[in-house]
Amino acid sequence: MVSAAIGITSGPVVTVRRRGALGLLRSTGLAGLASAAVIAVASVLAIFGPLLAPYNPELPNLSMAWVGPAGGHLLGYDFEGRDVLSRLLAGAQSSMIGPLGVVAGSMALGTVIAVVAAWRQGPLDTVISAGLDIIFAFPGILLAVLAAAVFGAGLTAAAVALSIAYMPYVARVLRGAAMKERGQPYVAALEVQGASGTSICLRHIVPNMLPLIVAQATIMFGWAMVDLAAISFLGLGVQPPAPNWGVMISENQPGILQGYPLPALAAGLCIVAVVIAFNVLGERLFEQAQAGRR
Amino acid sequence: MSTESTGTASTGAASTGTAGTGTAGTGTGSTGTGSQTSLLAVDGLTVLLPVEGQQRAVLREVSLQIGHGEAVGLVGESGSGKSMTARAIDRLLPRGAEVRGQIRFEGADVAALSGAALRSYRNRVAMIFQDPRAHVNPVRRIGDFMTEALRTNLGVAAAAARQRAADMLGQVGIENGAQRLRQYPHELSGGMLQRVMIAAALLTEPALLLADEPTTALDVTTQAEVMAILDELRRSYGLGMLFITHDLELAAAICDRTIVMYAGQVVEVRRSELLHSDPLHPYTAALAAARPDIGQRASRLRAIPGRPLSAFEAPLGQCAFAPRCPHARDVCLTAVPELAELDGGQSRCARVAELRGELEAADA
Amino acid sequence: MPEHDSPANGHVPVLVVAGLRKEFGALVAVDDVSFEIAPSRSLAIVGESGSGKTTVARMITGLEHPTKGTITACGRDRSRPARSARDRRRRGGEIQIVFQDPYTSLDPRQTAEQAIDEVLRLHHGWPADRRRARIEQLTDLVGLDARQARALPRALSGGQRQRVAIARALAAEPRILILDESVAALDVSIQAQVLNLLADIRDETSVSYVLISHDLAVVRQLTDEAVVMHRGKLVERGPTEQILDDPQHPYTQRLRASVPRPGWKPSRRLPSLSAETLAPADPLLSPADQKGDPA
Repeated sequence: MVSAAIGITSGPVVTVRRRGALGLLRSTGLAGLASAAVIAVASVLAIFGPLLAPYNPELPNLSMAWVGPAGGHLLGYDFEGRDVLSRLLAGAQSSMIGPLGVVAGSMALGTVIAVVAAWRQGPLDTVISAGLDIIFAFPGILLAVLAAAVFGAGLTAAAVALSIAYMPYVARVLRGAAMKERGQPYVAALEVQGASGTSICLRHIVPNMLPLIVAQATIMFGWAMVDLAAISFLGLGVQPPAPNWGVMISENQPGILQGYPLPALAAGLCIVAVVIAFNVLGERLFEQAQAGRR
Repeated sequence: MSTESTGTASTGAASTGTAGTGTAGTGTGSTGTGSQTSLLAVDGLTVLLPVEGQQRAVLREVSLQIGHGEAVGLVGESGSGKSMTARAIDRLLPRGAEVRGQIRFEGADVAALSGAALRSYRNRVAMIFQDPRAHVNPVRRIGDFMTEALRTNLGVAAAAARQRAADMLGQVGIENGAQRLRQYPHELSGGMLQRVMIAAALLTEPALLLADEPTTALDVTTQAEVMAILDELRRSYGLGMLFITHDLELAAAICDRTIVMYAGQVVEVRRSELLHSDPLHPYTAALAAARPDIGQRASRLRAIPGRPLSAFEAPLGQCAFAPRCPHARDVCLTAVPELAELDGGQSRCARVAELRGELEAADA
Repeated sequence: MPEHDSPANGHVPVLVVAGLRKEFGALVAVDDVSFEIAPSRSLAIVGESGSGKTTVARMITGLEHPTKGTITACGRDRSRPARSARDRRRRGGEIQIVFQDPYTSLDPRQTAEQAIDEVLRLHHGWPADRRRARIEQLTDLVGLDARQARALPRALSGGQRQRVAIARALAAEPRILILDESVAALDVSIQAQVLNLLADIRDETSVSYVLISHDLAVVRQLTDEAVVMHRGKLVERGPTEQILDDPQHPYTQRLRASVPRPGWKPSRRLPSLSAETLAPADPLLSPADQKGDPA
């Protein structure tokens, strides 16, 4: 590992520790670690948010609408008099789970398609690539609008639509990596051994693509979060009064011009912070994935 | 102190006082024929590269001289440091490299060059790499690549530069030079591209050629032709050459003297024709003996146990080759042997005097 | 060791290649190549780039399929793709290959032991302890110690990785082992070790080697017979000694004259060839360039 970095190709230099997840994180530098911390906090909130909320996030109290931070309400009240902080904490759940679903769906589908196309090559690859290009032509938001029209507005429909929209991009990126692995002599050696295509793909090609898959998934989480927030903002995703950061921006938007920007801005900042964290970490992981290709 | 980061120009022959050992010709090795007449004089060159946060030695006290018009072979296996030596001479070391010792070209300290002097140096010292395709821009035409140095560094007019390039292509055996100049690298085979590289290297009228395994990636018949061209042109232009290879016989074919390196050190310097019949170091003899003979099959090849080491892997304070050497004795383990002059050559074997005559390759 | 031909009939060739032809679109990479290998004998396929020798190797292993011609190994035809998983595995047990580049011929995520274990599980339904014993046997055979056997490829040197590749290939107990320039990327001193190792393995297992190489000295050291290929055609064949000591075909002579040895001087004037038999063509060159250009 060491020797490759400086172009000396001879022999074992030091015993190589297999670098675990912790080592990987450490190698992403300060920015990567900070991002990972932000993501960790957001994930904890996604799970425990509703329990941590000091006040009921859904109970309106119109007499307190738009009141600023006071008493135990650190971030004040929103347009219906609900505690903003509680709503943010409770909203973390739907704000994080949506993108998670999108990433899981598009990565799974995209990986399978990429590997199959790379393995078989030939006419199947051509057909798949053409199909991907067609889906790729549709913007995610458009598909989400269509899904909302057909299935009714809601997080599930939006998440599924985005998964389909993201899948071609994933497949494109991973197809390149899959084709590179496919061309390696160790794959040919396994073919000569008589191993089946499926087993070679599952046990050798995909595992060697993992660093790239993880990096890609991380970056895409950020994009999915922005897209889903936009969809919720448009009223096609999570429906009010359910707490959700995107919905909060939309429903508190009138407050900005009236001089009560805090609720909307707070929600916006949450989104921005988490998205940036995912982007930064994702890009660092991407660099590691590229560098790790000895 | 890394040579790459400093831009301090120093005048005359004064060294820049690099931190560390080995300046001004008092290194452990002898400097051989007077450094005033050498085209290139490397003295006590030690290079460390940063690896995983640590500085690791890849070259240790390397000293060598190349006279004007002299062809010297540099032979070694992985980790020997042969490529690193060439890169140090051409100032192509990776960032963070720590360099000690001196490299003098025509009397001037190479590390201290900058600006116009450095550009002039690059015209005078031309490097030919192992993989031509990796060192040429695939989206530019051959002509652009070949004439670039002439036009930008030497101020030659474009048309004149192209004419010279076409002529030089003829010299390396490529006909229709003018047409070739308009081609792209991918339109040429490996052998042809390497000839183009040689032609390009000769265009700036260098005094020294650094050839880093120029034929290793070529077919053997192509190699023979490219070697012949290189040899012929070098002689006719009177150029000095440092020819780097892992192939002992190849170096001996066109170089008058051959330097053998092991684990980042020079272990032998010898006239090429004597390398097989009267080597001065057990490693050279072992290397020659390990190679299968095209004339007959050996019942068993005389393999050297172990594997070739880099400078930082080799044991310190003793002969680096001792762990693998059939002739190693206690004297070999007590100190790093000096590079001693002997019979017109040099040897870093502590026991060379007693081993003379016993070292020749089995099939000599 | 599985018997592929009856023990009494030692004269049945272990590999027969007849009229082999491979076309890639308009390019004819292999043109009418035929040879056979007797049991326990080793053959070299000598040639330079563009000769088609690697394509022949790929066809023998089943990575490519011939446009025309037949390949018969251990008495069974394998010119067409395998029809079933069982068929594929059986073929894998007959012919194996060791590639040139030690840095990409091993899965970077597998230790030597894991790589060999995977092959054993593919070909045999053995319990874990029997597999472990066989792994130890194989790593011993190729000269790897316990620490190296448990190491990932990136902690191993080029020579050590090739040993792993050899052990993995031998795990399938093949009758024929194709060495596709398998020592070309190794240092001279390591090359000698691996060549000795290959000779020892052959003595111990009676495997036949098909050595694809451009290095005539290695060819001499390891093989009994040789065929020389040039631009897809087979131009000369015979016992290795004869081909190297007294080459008949102009291309073989040119090849022989190009090999560096003590006292050799390169010359621009190699034994001349007619236009057809000039040095290997680069498929990227236009025909006009190929014709008059010796590369």
